[in-house]
Amino acid sequence: MVAHLIAHADDNMVLAQRLGEWISNAPELELDIALGNIGLDHLGVARTLYTRAGELEGEGRTEDDFAMLRTERDYTNLLLVEQPNGDFADTVVRQMLFDAYQRLLWADLSGSGDEVLAGVAAKALKEADYHWRFSSGWVIRLGDGTEESHVRVQDSLDRLWRYTGEMFEGPSSAHRLAWEDEVTAVLDEAELSVPTDPFQRTGGRQGLHTEHLGHLLADMQWMARSYPGLTW
Amino acid sequence: MVTTWTVATVREVVSAVVDPEIPVLTIADLGILRDVTIEDGTVVCTITPTYSGCPAMRQIEDDIRAALNDAGYEDVRVRTVFMPAWSTDWMSEEGHRKLAEFGIAPPTRQEEVLCPRCRADSPKVIAQFGSTACKALMVCSSCGEPFDYFKQI
Repeated sequence: MVAHLIAHADDNMVLAQRLGEWISNAPELELDIALGNIGLDHLGVARTLYTRAGELEGEGRTEDDFAMLRTERDYTNLLLVEQPNGDFADTVVRQMLFDAYQRLLWADLSGSGDEVLAGVAAKALKEADYHWRFSSGWVIRLGDGTEESHVRVQDSLDRLWRYTGEMFEGPSSAHRLAWEDEVTAVLDEAELSVPTDPFQRTGGRQGLHTEHLGHLLADMQWMARSYPGLTW
Repeated sequence: MVTTWTVATVREVVSAVVDPEIPVLTIADLGILRDVTIEDGTVVCTITPTYSGCPAMRQIEDDIRAALNDAGYEDVRVRTVFMPAWSTDWMSEEGHRKLAEFGIAPPTRQEEVLCPRCRADSPKVIAQFGSTACKALMVCSSCGEPFDYFKQI
C-alpha cells in the first residue's frame, strides 16, 4: 500500500514540476496560468499522498522527505511524466495521455478502502476531468489546425506513445481498453493517426528512468539538499 | 481570558474568517468549514480544500488560529479532510449573492452563466483556468466586460 501511494504521488510530483517549468514561458498568458493551475492540482495530490504514505509507513517520513530526499532510483513515477516539456504540442500530448489514465485511475481508487486515498481520488477525479478538457481540446485544435501544427502534434504523439504501455502494467491493466477508447476518440477527432510502432519503454515503476528524471530532481531538490531543514 | 465557551460561540468566530483569495466570502459561505467541535478543551476545526493544490489552505489554517486566539481561545487544532470531496453545491445562497455583487459569476452550469455586470447570457470563455484554481475567465458578449466565473464542480 505504501509503495502504491508513493508511485502515484511520484507521478503527480514529477508532472507538477514539469508543468511549473512552463510558468512565465507558455505561448500565451492564459496558457501559462492554465498549465500552472494544472500543475498545482498535481502538486496538491502528491503532497497528500506522500503524507498518507508517511503515516502508514510509520517511520516519521514527511512529504518533504519523500519529495526532496529520494534519488531517481527511489522514484517510481511513470516515464511519461518525466519527459521534457519540449514544445507546447509535446506538453499537451503528454498531458492528454496521462489525463486519460488518471481519470480511470481516480474513478477506481475513489472506492478504495483507505479513507484518505478514496477522498483524494474523488477530488482528483473532478480535477482530472477538467485537465482532460484542456489537454484533449488542445490536441484536437492542433491536430485539426494548420499543416504545421498537425505535423508537430503527430510527431509528439509518435515520440511519447512508447511511454504509455507501462501505465497498464500491474493493477491498472484492466483500464487499458477504456484508455485506448478515450484516446482514440480524441485522435480521430484531431485527425491524428494512432502510432503503430509497437516498441514500448518501461521501468519507471521499478525506478529505472530515462536520463531526464535525474536532471529534474537535481533542479527540484537543490534547495532542500543545500540547506537541510530549510523552512520559510 | 474566556473561561466558558460553547460550540456555538466558537463556531461564530470561525465562521467569520474570510477566504484570503476571495475576501468577500467567509469560509462558511464557501462551504469549506466542515465542522467545529470542542474536544477536551481544544477547539477542533475541520476544513476541506476546494482544490487539491489550493495554496490558500495554509493561510486559512493560520487565519482560523489567529481569529480564535484573538477571541481568547488558545488551544486550537485545525484538521484537513478530503472526504467527502468539496463541491460548489456547498456554497451558501448568501455566498452566491456576495460573489455576484463582487463581480464574480457564482457557480452554475457553464451554459447558464450570466454577466455579473449587465446580466446578459451567453458569455464567451476566454480561459478555462483563471486567476485562482477555482475560477475561469469569461467575457460578456453583450457589454464586453471580462469577468471571473467560479467554476461548478
